[in-house]
Amino acid sequence: MMELNSLTAHELLVLLKKGDILPIDICNSILKAVDKKEKKLHALATLDKDKVIERCAALKGKMDLQSLWGLPIFIKDNICVRGELTTCCSRILNGFRPPYDATVIDKLKRNGAVLMGKTNMDEFAFGSSTETSFYGTTRNPWDMERVPGGSSGGSAACVAADEAIFALGSDTGGSIRQPASLCGVVGLKPTYGRVSRYGLIAFASSLDQIGTLTKDVEDAAILLRAIAGYDEMDSTSVDTPVPDYPSLIKKDIKGIKIGVPKEYFIEGVDGEVKDAVREAIEEIKRLGAVCEEVSLPHTRYAVSVYYLLATSEASSNLARFDGVQYGYSSARAGSVIDMHKNTRKEGFGDEAKRRIILGTFALSSGYYEAYYLRALKVRTLIKKDFDDVFKRYDAIITPTSPTAAFKIGEKIKDPLTMYLSDIFTISANLTGIPGVSIPCGFTRNSLPIGLQILGKAFDEEAILRIAYSYEQATEWHSRRPEL
Amino acid sequence: MAITKDTIKYVAGLARIGMTGKELEHFTGQLDRILEYVHELKDLNVSGLEPTSHVMEMKNVYRADRVRPSLPVSEVLKNAPDKANNLFKVKKIIEKI
Repeated sequence: MMELNSLTAHELLVLLKKGDILPIDICNSILKAVDKKEKKLHALATLDKDKVIERCAALKGKMDLQSLWGLPIFIKDNICVRGELTTCCSRILNGFRPPYDATVIDKLKRNGAVLMGKTNMDEFAFGSSTETSFYGTTRNPWDMERVPGGSSGGSAACVAADEAIFALGSDTGGSIRQPASLCGVVGLKPTYGRVSRYGLIAFASSLDQIGTLTKDVEDAAILLRAIAGYDEMDSTSVDTPVPDYPSLIKKDIKGIKIGVPKEYFIEGVDGEVKDAVREAIEEIKRLGAVCEEVSLPHTRYAVSVYYLLATSEASSNLARFDGVQYGYSSARAGSVIDMHKNTRKEGFGDEAKRRIILGTFALSSGYYEAYYLRALKVRTLIKKDFDDVFKRYDAIITPTSPTAAFKIGEKIKDPLTMYLSDIFTISANLTGIPGVSIPCGFTRNSLPIGLQILGKAFDEEAILRIAYSYEQATEWHSRRPEL
Repeated sequence: MAITKDTIKYVAGLARIGMTGKELEHFTGQLDRILEYVHELKDLNVSGLEPTSHVMEMKNVYRADRVRPSLPVSEVLKNAPDKANNLFKVKKIIEKI
């Protein structure tokens, strides 16, 4: 029999229901995998084994009524868990233990999930490689010399390496989909407003969204159903019914209309990535979908718009870290202003400082119109591109990332090159639409390649249906790295 | 050069981030390159366009004004770097009145 840690959530639910296994069996299998692999992988920020076993033993409730009963889950380190270290992998939140649970954590608990630990991430989700974490870099399980992507690199890597069944991440510009693509797992960013952000430590409030990293599409549907829904604690969450994704995704895709934007197959996109995505499109056509070329003319401006807006919002959100209420506080002498300056100088890493300064600059008097306001107006153009395509199409298919996983150290010294690696994922955040990345092939060097499916706002069902149909017809998702 | 060291120094001050001379040098070069890149937005005609600060059409969201339980002070102060008399403790802000 396969080890339990390598199974999917829906496979484990069947075994749990039959009474063949107990939740503690799954936890033990995960802990064993962590013992074996974590030293090399470094995907986790925190894990308290005794606590996990305690939580397993204390599981109450009934599995018939709770959709995740007995399933262990890992959480990205920027989501608040009551009493558990939550630091965004930054020194400035050193020692922070939130006094409350994020809404998604509350929902996981109510659904009977077992919280394991926190996963590694780029500091405050600022990055595409997990290299900016205060705890150090996570490795890509397919090649230890390469990055897992980011910022949810820890969540993607631990799922890919079977150190986890599934995990939560957050996606502000591709931070779930890009690492999913680079690690060969399924990464879903729901529509802005579909999942409550209450308790997600804010990076860019108009772009941030919590989502899932799973081994297959059915698990994404199960986990999304559990965490989605309106929450009065997040005034931007939207009060609209949550469909029963796990059953709806199994419908076929005959006649579904898909646009393939020509701007996503440009120079700079790796040839092997283009070929794999084109082959996947052929497969999706064979499954009955209609795929046609479309145009999203303002695609090339998305990176510029994003890095002005995301940094502006970040500079404002991160103003709260001033050494007074929580986290790190500089002990150096001086005035209260000196204390703020020293705390932030010593507490933030390089990329956080860079983004706060860029954002403060874009918002500052004299530059606001030329940078921030102009970026907001170009965002309107980008949104209109998508609105136009979605008048005629149900979904859009693109590569998730222009390349497979890059080497550790390759881009970290050149921020702009790093930013450009988000080019295909950013627009979904700027426009609020849902997107999923699924495995669609491998390079000659055995690195995973990801396919991105984007959908209309609140139509996660359509993109998961396409993803599920494709997954059923292919075997990419069942390949696992050897560690 | 779109940006100078003085501008970065000024902006870092606004953002309350202390910075060494070396950091200042390093950030000025990098931010200059990034700003040079985002200059492409100037190519677009944006006159008459409404800014999109939020993607979902949403007006002010109100909730009922009712009393609910809040966190106990002791819980809130648990994470404080410095505290006294059930309050956050900060350095003196006003020198003399």
